[in-house]
Amino acid sequence: MKIDPEVLTREEQAIFRLRSLYRSRGYQPYKMSKFEEYDLYVKNKDFLISDNILTFTDTNGKLMALKPDVTLSIIKNSKDLPDDVRKLYYNETVYRTAKGTHRFREIMQTGLECIGKIDDGCIGEVLLLAAGSLACISPSFVLDISHLDLLTDLVDGLSPRTEIRKALMHCVGEKNLHEISDICRDNDLDPARTEILKQLASLYGTPETVLPRLQTLLKDCGAASALAQLERAVKVFETSPYKDCIRIDFSVISDIKYYNGIVFKGFLNHIPDSVLSGGQYDRLMQKMHRRSGAIGFAVYLDELQRFDLKEEGLCEA
Amino acid sequence: MMDTMLNIALPKGRLGERVYDMFARAGFSCPAIKENSRKLIFENTAAKVRYFWVKPSDVAIYVERGAADIGVAGKDILLEYEPDIYELLDLKTGLCRMAVAAPVGFQDDTARTLRVATKFANIAQNYYASVGRDIDIIHLNGSIEIAPILGLSDVIVDIVETGTTLKENHLEVIETIVPISARLVANKSSYKFKYTQIAALVRELGLQLEEHT
Repeated sequence: MKIDPEVLTREEQAIFRLRSLYRSRGYQPYKMSKFEEYDLYVKNKDFLISDNILTFTDTNGKLMALKPDVTLSIIKNSKDLPDDVRKLYYNETVYRTAKGTHRFREIMQTGLECIGKIDDGCIGEVLLLAAGSLACISPSFVLDISHLDLLTDLVDGLSPRTEIRKALMHCVGEKNLHEISDICRDNDLDPARTEILKQLASLYGTPETVLPRLQTLLKDCGAASALAQLERAVKVFETSPYKDCIRIDFSVISDIKYYNGIVFKGFLNHIPDSVLSGGQYDRLMQKMHRRSGAIGFAVYLDELQRFDLKEEGLCEA
Repeated sequence: MMDTMLNIALPKGRLGERVYDMFARAGFSCPAIKENSRKLIFENTAAKVRYFWVKPSDVAIYVERGAADIGVAGKDILLEYEPDIYELLDLKTGLCRMAVAAPVGFQDDTARTLRVATKFANIAQNYYASVGRDIDIIHLNGSIEIAPILGLSDVIVDIVETGTTLKENHLEVIETIVPISARLVANKSSYKFKYTQIAALVRELGLQLEEHT
């Protein structure tokens, strides 16, 4: 039976395209149960987008949860493979509350995880797939890429106090330069490093415009290794059709308890929130007693309901 | 990426009018906005700009949800609702402070839970959590000053501009929580797709602010 694509919703069309894209790059489908033991989420609550979790008691008395997240389950159910690489993709429904609401929502989420011995090749491939995922939905997209360690090293060098570092990271996430100035002035922090942090927070542009500026800006900050990794990561786009849609932006902030290294977010024109979010999460792997590294991303398909694909000139995958 | 109309949400009232003048000087004028009318939306297609007047406390929502690309909101609203947006500039106007006020001569009995009346429950909660004080929030929508007089609360957390209203109700500021001013905010997605326009506006407004300091 031939299926008329017109009968599919936007989310369904996107799911088919994304599945086909991930499969074509050797990623294996990963299907999981809708439920998980609540304990898994309690131990890693900060990793979740929303604090609220739908729970119920199973017939054996165990407290269970309807999945608010997929990554934690994949790690929990995967073998530790420090010398190998496992590539998985999923398409699952997750249950969580949206910000500012007190109601649970069923959200369709697609994504992939690359777990194991993560090298530059894996990072580059995941970044290309992140850009490819956005291109599957709309030609008008932006993928913002940052390096979390580069930023945290700079902030750690400014102050040993956790609350100040947290406030500064929050300001970078908001591109809030005036409050970076206020915090640094009120706490007598190094003016030269303060200026570097402000410039880092305000930088925004394509790799070819931003990277030379970063070289100059960070030359005395001991950030050579992180900067070199960022350069290698974005190099994969030099010969890709997505080159013009890539931006370096340090306001992409992920929780440093779980994430490290390359982190990224994807945006589609006319959709007010990011629709893709991902990065390296070696720290989460360590927290879950894994020796290997990992990188992955999720595409939040619920946002596509409000998106007129025809108007946007949907491109074929 | 080609820039299109820039949608700007301004807070209705004197602050919004002052801020519009700054925007106009920055090259984003829309003369129709100055005409006496009950209209709420104004646009200047030549300057690729569309303004709309909204309730000051709603500006952040319009921007976060993408109905407006940028807007001007008080820091009080940003601290209260914590929207996921960029805060690009302190416009150094609409200056006031968020403060704790109490009846003149008030002594805090730390053996009891402190009753706090406020419109800004999140700010009050965060502030008292930072100083480790147990409080009972009484959420009110207006006339906060009468709460301690009527015995509804021990103190209030509210915006203080000149302090005249407090004085007339026999209240005084006992603690300043945070200084407040108007901030230029941007939707995170709009910032990517209308970067040229937003960056130009930020640059021009920044120059105006430098001239005044």
